[in-house]
Amino acid sequence: MSNRIDIKKTYKLFINGAFPRSESGRTYEIKNTKGVFIANPCLASRKDLKDAVVAARAAHSGWNKASAYNKGQILYRIAEMLEGRRAQFVDEIISVTALTKSKAEKEVTDSIDRLVWYAGWSDKLSSLSGALNPVAGPYYNFTVPESMGVIAAIAPETPSLLGLIDAIAPIIVGGNTVVVLASTKAPLSAMSFAEVLATSDLPAGVINILSGKKDEIAPWMASHMDIDGFDISGVGAKSQGALRVGGAENLKRIFSFKSADPGRILAFLENKTVWHPIGL
Amino acid sequence: METQVNFDYAPAPESRATVSIKPKYGHFIGGKFVAGSKHFPTINPATEEVLSQVALAGKADVDAAVKAARKAYTTIWSKMSGRERGKYLFRIARIMQERSREFAVLETLDNGKPIRESRDVDVPLAAAHFFYHAGWADKLEFAGLGTSTKPHGVAGQIIPWNFPLLMLAWKVAPALAAGNTVVLKPAESTSLTALLFAELCQQAELPAGVVNIVTGDGSTGALIVNHPGIDKIAFTGSTEVGKIIARAVAPTHKSVTLELGGKAANIIFEDAAIDEAIEGIVNGIFFNQGHVCCAGSRLILQESIADEVLEKLKKRMSKIRLGDPMDKNTDLGAINSKEQLLKIRELSASGDAEGAQRWSAPCDLPTKGFWFPPTIFTGITQSHRIAREEIFGPVLSVLTFRTPQEGIDKANNTPFGLSAGVWSEKGSRILWASQQLRAGVVWANTFNKFDPTSPFGGYKESGWGREGGRHGLSAYLKGVGHE
Repeated sequence: MSNRIDIKKTYKLFINGAFPRSESGRTYEIKNTKGVFIANPCLASRKDLKDAVVAARAAHSGWNKASAYNKGQILYRIAEMLEGRRAQFVDEIISVTALTKSKAEKEVTDSIDRLVWYAGWSDKLSSLSGALNPVAGPYYNFTVPESMGVIAAIAPETPSLLGLIDAIAPIIVGGNTVVVLASTKAPLSAMSFAEVLATSDLPAGVINILSGKKDEIAPWMASHMDIDGFDISGVGAKSQGALRVGGAENLKRIFSFKSADPGRILAFLENKTVWHPIGL
Repeated sequence: METQVNFDYAPAPESRATVSIKPKYGHFIGGKFVAGSKHFPTINPATEEVLSQVALAGKADVDAAVKAARKAYTTIWSKMSGRERGKYLFRIARIMQERSREFAVLETLDNGKPIRESRDVDVPLAAAHFFYHAGWADKLEFAGLGTSTKPHGVAGQIIPWNFPLLMLAWKVAPALAAGNTVVLKPAESTSLTALLFAELCQQAELPAGVVNIVTGDGSTGALIVNHPGIDKIAFTGSTEVGKIIARAVAPTHKSVTLELGGKAANIIFEDAAIDEAIEGIVNGIFFNQGHVCCAGSRLILQESIADEVLEKLKKRMSKIRLGDPMDKNTDLGAINSKEQLLKIRELSASGDAEGAQRWSAPCDLPTKGFWFPPTIFTGITQSHRIAREEIFGPVLSVLTFRTPQEGIDKANNTPFGLSAGVWSEKGSRILWASQQLRAGVVWANTFNKFDPTSPFGGYKESGWGREGGRHGLSAYLKGVGHE
């Protein structure tokens, strides 16, 4: 055993269902808490972000049309795939963070359970946010929640896996597609999570994962004109104002969240109201 | 067969005796009218008659209004039970109904819209908004945000000139129901009904400072937006100003809702009931002189019926009665301001310059005041300015499509997403189109309908949030989860 040279993984981006390197050729070094080299993940460029947004936009129409039942099953499938690979994620979390094994195991368990929780919301959102409106006239009038389109997200530094799932799952469960920047310091579990996604019947482009620097990527996300919403929970409070300014040009919906709750899902849904006359 | 009988309408002017306009107005701060320092004239756009002098609020006025609103919030309004707050809102709704004719006449004089619309749409809907939200005041724990909701505090509200009293109601009613106090600024050219509303607040014995009204122009609006004592900004107006506000409040803790511009598509499928659709097209673009953010300003016709629809539409447009807004038979009133008239003329001229064909209904424009005839442009491509930019006037741009998907694609080809119309007699097609259209309000086989129970607001660059219904109310409560 000890004489064998192990096969180290090249950590790449996840764009449009594929695993490209950064077009820029840039990488950065990840070391563990003892300073030992772990991996060279991609340092995503502005062009990588653009490619990811193109993929997310192309995927939106199909994902938006998928039935709530179908979306719920795919989210549940992601949880199934993650459950089957628990050990790998525990190891990856431990390798770059100072977490104990039991804490890393808890994070993976919470991540799986959180995915299942979000999966169950897919077909309950219209009960939560929809309405049949009793207008004063002979009209049938209803309001339904509908996806916004392409949402960008900055995952928090820690917890690197659970935080990523809290960034992604509430965005996609309502029919949006997402481009997310993983934890900069601990991107390994996020990039391996892409492998889970790739085997979960999730259509290509619905979730796109970048690794890189917040200071670079977040302002590009804020100003990108084809991104409809932006979850900046993973950005420090001091930097959030500038991102909101950057997002004003296309009136991006920008939110920061503190917990996992249905409001996090509804924040990236529009409400559409439809009127139709009633009569003979 | 054309009839030979000439049905002319005799003049049927509404009396203006019901309103008394003061020669000069101040601001309404802390329950009292206080004198302004600078003033500017407000005119009747149909006659250019100066109606009154309205005060221009500066920093000291806005400071005083915010201070009064904060005091009322801290000492009275936030401590009052929802049930008692609701009673004030019910009172306001009832007094507005009692004084409805007065509000309608004043609105028409100051705004230029036909009395038929101010009397039958603006004022009744404004009263209905207060009545609807009054009932929410003691039921906020059922508003969908959990049982621990809180108001924001002091709301700064900036409203446009197209539906002055109605937009006031959309802003003030949910704010007060949720427990906020307000500083409201009406539009520069249409302050009078807001000032009459201030008198109504006095009659309702609304506690001093719960509603404060400062009049002025964009500089007053900027003072409100940037005021550190304000917790929540609600704005209705142009997308351009909406973006300025979004940038201004970005680094602050302020919560924001924006109801902005639109370039609504009104799609007519070949299986539509054509005569009904013609009425819907006319209502969609000529209601309120086209001064409507959700106006159906892009007519998108299936090619097979385009000639028939255009012929019938021109015939119908020729029957539109343009003229004295105070006449009960008038369909199309005055353009609200000279500035707006110039903007409509400039955009229409760009249509001519870019090669579109203009057709205006034959009608005599009054010599005084600001007027623009009902107009359509054909021969338009999607790149034309008149197909992309909000004209905010009685000008309709006509595009055509062959397949349903092409119609939807053209409808959605805009950074706006406020409203859309779809006309078809086939239920499945209506529902399909309603799903496909990227707009916050879809009117199917109808257009320009509003109700306090019905959420209104846009996708994309048409704004943030909704007004009306539970969704609109929630904008005035602190939500769960996100800041």
